[in-house]
Amino acid sequence: MSIWEYANPLKFMGWTAPLVPVLWVLSGIALTVGLIWGFFLTPDDYRMGATVKIIYIHVPSAMMAINAWVMMLVTSLIWLIRRHHVSALAAKAAAPVGMIMTVVALISGAIWGQPMWGTWWAWDPRLTSFLILFLFYLGYMAMWAAIDDPDTAADLTSVLCLVGSVFAVLSRYAVNFWNQGLHQGASLSLDSEENVHDVFWLPLLVVLAGFVLLFLALVLVRTRTEIRARRLHAIALRERMG
Amino acid sequence: MPDLGKYAAEVLSAYGLTLVLVAGLILATWARSRRVRRALERAEARRADG
Repeated sequence: MSIWEYANPLKFMGWTAPLVPVLWVLSGIALTVGLIWGFFLTPDDYRMGATVKIIYIHVPSAMMAINAWVMMLVTSLIWLIRRHHVSALAAKAAAPVGMIMTVVALISGAIWGQPMWGTWWAWDPRLTSFLILFLFYLGYMAMWAAIDDPDTAADLTSVLCLVGSVFAVLSRYAVNFWNQGLHQGASLSLDSEENVHDVFWLPLLVVLAGFVLLFLALVLVRTRTEIRARRLHAIALRERMG
Repeated sequence: MPDLGKYAAEVLSAYGLTLVLVAGLILATWARSRRVRRALERAEARRADG
């Protein structure tokens, strides 16, 4: 059986139905364990004090803000190349989730920045590219809402997604591209020298897993809703025609 | 509750706002899912009735 058959709307509804509750439960467990561990059971940082606890929401939300756009890029490319409707709907479903993750990252970063940097905001490369990514999310969602024909909307939003991917990449690597600005380098890296200390890193990994699982649960539920809404729209059209 | 010292307001407000935003997203997702599913069930029942 080809992998593309899983993108058939009926098959998609079938294989995702039992998966969604599992994802809800696993994400709930990971977030509860990780956040309790990080918030209650880790020490203060010797420089940042208790504000270090903000990394358990800031880092995962920032990573998911970028990864959501990457997922939208992949599904948009699948739509443009193979015309699978479910992939276009999955991209549409992921956008509000990615947008909220971007807002959480921006707000939690600003709240952390005020006591640590002495400012809520700076036109730093990473912060600025993140703000532009947020605007792209809004533009992407507005475009879906503004165009009546779903295939045209999928085409145009896919192109917008390709353009916005530049800023998703910049958001991730701006610190490396421009060696200036306030934002520090990666908190999570395959290079253990660059990572935060294990005492912070391990609960952060658990919270990160929770955010990934929550993202998957939300995107699957929202994609299933979009498929149902498309079917509902088709039935309504048929009823109107006669 | 851990002693958050002079940064208690910052830490708690960051967590509080995150909770509000994520909970709002989950609730909105759930509410729309339920609304659309019920509307589709009604529409399909109408079709089945002819």
